[in-house]
Amino acid sequence: MPNGILVFIEHRQGAINKTSFEAVAAAQALGAGAGQDVSAVVLGADAGVAREVAAYKLARVISAENPKLADYTSDAYADAMERVVRARDPQYVLLPHTYLVRDYAPKLAARFGKGLVSDCIRMKAEGPMVTFTRRLFLGKMDADVVAKGEPPVFATFQSGAYRADQAERGEGAQVESLPVEVGEVRMQPEAPFQEVKQAVDLSKADVIVAIGRGIKSQENIALAQKLADALGGDIAASRPICDAGWLPIDRQIGSSGQTVAPKLYVALGISGAIQHLVGMKNSSTIVAVNKDPEAPIFDIADYGIVGDLFEVVPVLTEEIKKLKS
Amino acid sequence: MKIVVLMKQVPNRDAILRVNREEKWIEEGDLSFEVSESDGYALEEALRLKEKKGGEVVVCSLGPQRVKSVIKDALARGADRAIHILGDNLEHVGPFATAKILAEAIREEQADLVLTGLQSDDYGYGQTGVIAAELLGLPHATIVIEVDYSGEQLRVKRELESGWYQWYTMRTPCLLTIQSGISQIRYATLKGIMAAKKKEIREVQPAADAAAAGEFQTVTRIYLPLKQKQTQFLGDGDAKRGAAQLAEKLRNEARVI
Ligand SMILES: Cc1cc2nc3c(=O)[nH]c(=O)nc-3n(C[C@H](O)[C@H](O)[C@H](O)COP(=O)(O)OP(=O)(O)OC[C@H]3O[C@@H](n4cnc5c(N)ncnc54)[C@H](O)[C@@H]3O)c2cc1C
Ligand SMILES: Nc1ncnc2c1ncn2[C@@H]1O[C@H](COP(=O)(O)O)[C@@H](O)[C@H]1O
Repeated sequence: MPNGILVFIEHRQGAINKTSFEAVAAAQALGAGAGQDVSAVVLGADAGVAREVAAYKLARVISAENPKLADYTSDAYADAMERVVRARDPQYVLLPHTYLVRDYAPKLAARFGKGLVSDCIRMKAEGPMVTFTRRLFLGKMDADVVAKGEPPVFATFQSGAYRADQAERGEGAQVESLPVEVGEVRMQPEAPFQEVKQAVDLSKADVIVAIGRGIKSQENIALAQKLADALGGDIAASRPICDAGWLPIDRQIGSSGQTVAPKLYVALGISGAIQHLVGMKNSSTIVAVNKDPEAPIFDIADYGIVGDLFEVVPVLTEEIKKLKS
Repeated sequence: MKIVVLMKQVPNRDAILRVNREEKWIEEGDLSFEVSESDGYALEEALRLKEKKGGEVVVCSLGPQRVKSVIKDALARGADRAIHILGDNLEHVGPFATAKILAEAIREEQADLVLTGLQSDDYGYGQTGVIAAELLGLPHATIVIEVDYSGEQLRVKRELESGWYQWYTMRTPCLLTIQSGISQIRYATLKGIMAAKKKEIREVQPAADAAAAGEFQTVTRIYLPLKQKQTQFLGDGDAKRGAAQLAEKLRNEARVI
């Protein structure tokens, strides 16, 4: 009988990705609801990581070991996790929706003839019935999803779906080391690196005016720049603006760009996809200007104007100049 | 070198979406459609590789007749031929079955490279390519932002979180999922559009066992996201008045100016 919940802990060379603890919080919540115990899995022999994880309220920490797990590769991780899942036979395998997990977890699930319930933002357990909620259409819709078929169910959680500080600590879980077989690894990683030191550090900005695809063309950026100047702030952008080369990549806000929390964040013509929101949702005051009243950016905005940014921005700039003089 | 590109058609990104009566999907009747964003970049990368290395670019799309517009556009941009896996309601079968149908449809092509987008703009599973790689027995790399195939070996630059990157050396054949922004996408030329008319679009049925791979996750309901904040909407449809009100609020309420 499949039983229990496995939660995957991501670390790189001993540094744990903290969304792993959000996944622990999710697993504990599910475990409490479904009456199942929770075990954590750490890949690669790292006693420090195992010890850190063992401080949480868990049935056990499984340290799956093989020299090939020292550097992350999708081949080695999928093999190792497959061994762990087959050995433990769990009901659920929960993972943080990180770029590393995205890279190997679908391969893992495929070995069990299924995919992942990916990038969940919520979960509700009513007895044996678990409903996962995930975003569709770049954040414009939510979908409730139930998993069917044979266990295990593989699910990943968006960063911020659960809070790491809600993960319960315990008396010290047992660490079990499990040697695992890993087959051929068909890709060779080089060391991770950052591009040339970022020229602008937006994390210290008090005011950010961010533009999205609604700005339409590179020439129109001047309009937003004037607003930023009037507010004494910095200009930033969503990904497509940097992809197009209209602004340098160090002004990109979001999961693959910078994370900011200014006093004021003005989003002009940005729809509010989850990968953008994770980079700015902790800003103190959020203003959104968008012509689509259903744009998901409004879900987290304090002030919203439904309308054409080309009408709003010049007036707003003038009004702010007046107030400041 | 043979490159297969998997391309999906999705509702236009600026479309106003309405939940359908069954609350399982959206009303499609009056929607317009376009290619999922990262798939356009996957095609562009394939065309650039072909320009350097020679060979053939084959696009493959699964969906109803309307996806022909995505296919024709890809052929006009320079793809050589296409496979259209025809089926109604196959869009909703879930990531595993989708990947299986696609993998079976391209298996015989024995491509050197399979390129996909990293994530579709509608369901956004972010996994179809990786599952297809597993089913085809190919190594893969995801969130690829640069491809270096100047030498003998294929090196790909993967995006990690928060401005970090990592190069991987891959062996071919392999599958890459391409991130938006890898390069600037070309437009179709008039000449390309004319040439596309003569290119092959092969219609195929999904392999029976693939189509029957089954759903392991079911959407029970879709709905507009719940609001996380009480948003004060300003201007009431009058953009200029909204701007004036906003300036006042930012000063007196939020106290940020
Ligand atoms: C792995 C991964 C990582 C990613 N990383 C990031 C990231 O770091 N940062 C990021 O931003 N994105 C990231 N993305 C992309 C993200 O999913 C979205 O595609 C992107 O954020 C959309 O940008 P946008 O809002 O500018 O464009 P769109 O979604 O096209 O939105 C444009 C908006 O402008 C509005 N608009 C149009 N015209 C006007 C007008 N005249 N006046 C007012 N409003 C108007 C429209 O209603 C629409 O809401 C990532 C995606 C993936 C899969
Ligand atoms: N119906 C489809 N037809 C062709 N390619 C698809 C289809 N569905 C998914 N894909 C490919 O798989 C990628 C990832 O999709 P997803 O797993 O839904 O996020 C897309 O960017 C496409 O390249």
